[in-house]
Amino acid sequence: MLTIENYVKAGSLEEAYEKNQKKTSRIIGGMLWLKMSRMRVQTAIDLSGLGFDTIEEDDREISMGAMVTLRQLETHAGLLEYTEGSMKESLRHIVGVQFRNLATLGGSIFGRFGFSDVLTEFLALGAEVELYKAGRITLEEFSKMPVDRDILVGVILPKKIEKSAYLSLRNTSTDFPVLTCGVSMLSDGMIQASIGARPGRAVVVKDKEGILKDGITESRAKAFGEYVSGEIVTGSNMRAGAEYRKHLAEVLTRRCILKIGGGQE
Amino acid sequence: MKIAVTVNGKRIEEDVPCDLLLIDFLRTHGCYSVKRGCETSNCGLCTVMMDGIPVLSCSVLTVRADGCTVETLEGLKEEAAQFGAFIADQGAEQCGFCNPGLIMNAIALFREYPDPDEETIREYLAGNLCRCSGYEGQLRGIQAFLQWRRKGDAKHFQDPSQRDDRGHQASHADSLLYQEGRP
Repeated sequence: MLTIENYVKAGSLEEAYEKNQKKTSRIIGGMLWLKMSRMRVQTAIDLSGLGFDTIEEDDREISMGAMVTLRQLETHAGLLEYTEGSMKESLRHIVGVQFRNLATLGGSIFGRFGFSDVLTEFLALGAEVELYKAGRITLEEFSKMPVDRDILVGVILPKKIEKSAYLSLRNTSTDFPVLTCGVSMLSDGMIQASIGARPGRAVVVKDKEGILKDGITESRAKAFGEYVSGEIVTGSNMRAGAEYRKHLAEVLTRRCILKIGGGQE
Repeated sequence: MKIAVTVNGKRIEEDVPCDLLLIDFLRTHGCYSVKRGCETSNCGLCTVMMDGIPVLSCSVLTVRADGCTVETLEGLKEEAAQFGAFIADQGAEQCGFCNPGLIMNAIALFREYPDPDEETIREYLAGNLCRCSGYEGQLRGIQAFLQWRRKGDAKHFQDPSQRDDRGHQASHADSLLYQEGRP
């Protein structure tokens, strides 16, 4: 059972950062994952009073505060339109509405969980993160970094995506995913896929070989699916075997590609 | 830590431990409809409204509810009474354990989507698990309620005594609430 000695509602980022330097301190997001632990937290630091719970959009980017909930992301009209529904698709299978009203973007991204639909989708969309001390870096870089004691302030989506699609497979509704797949086409025509729940952290695979550079067809989508599947490392756990996940990566990538190409399987 | 929270219209000021979960706080204040089910934030049984938004009280620190308005089934008796009988009419509940959470989230659904389609209903209530049924009875109950509401005049909802077409509702829902209110 989780125990918390002290609770601090941070008055500033600097205060939160200073308090978070102790190993026994924890920034609390939606607290859904943390609550499941048996951790003894000396100081729980709450960022909810700092105004990081809004989504802002301009011509260049969409900025989301770390305390924005998954439900906010799911129902935001701008995100729905920009991602062509892929954002909603990536979130709507996560447990239930009540859960998504609590789970935060910051908690989901900072944890860099292997099972994360959120990490997979934002990687596919070429997101960047704003860290209090380290500044703005790509999510792809951040996803490979070890967890440290910096503070995730927000996530930014530069508007460089033309099309995107998202699919996941679950053994049963609302469960953790067996595999997640996000695909996007950048403004310059480059297509990238992000595969998560491998079961490791999501990774990005770009179409470096130009398999899709001359347009999307059924056979090229299949070839790209095979390419992505070959590029990723999968593992086995109680939900699925490594080989099955390889196969799923191929199938889900192909389907996502066909979706952004306007075709249906 | 000292907090002030309004529970079902009643303001409560109290010194609470930092790690006290909202579900435990509510139960100590007599809200026995709020039940602990899965302990993994998955079943929806502990659903309450916090500032009008449905959340899992098993996963919220009470200190985070400081300054908030919390509603449980006990505080939403009118809305629950309107809807609960339709679930019962379908025989949707067997053991009934999941019912308080389902009704709370269904109320949230009706507030957010006044006339939801089947897909919206299924998606919105996906986080409320029932181990007895296949959810079909609940779905029929919700659809029957919505149909009744579409046909009915708005005044039926303002004044419970006007619900002459389903006169048994209030009494049945009251007994339902009574059962669920037991610790």
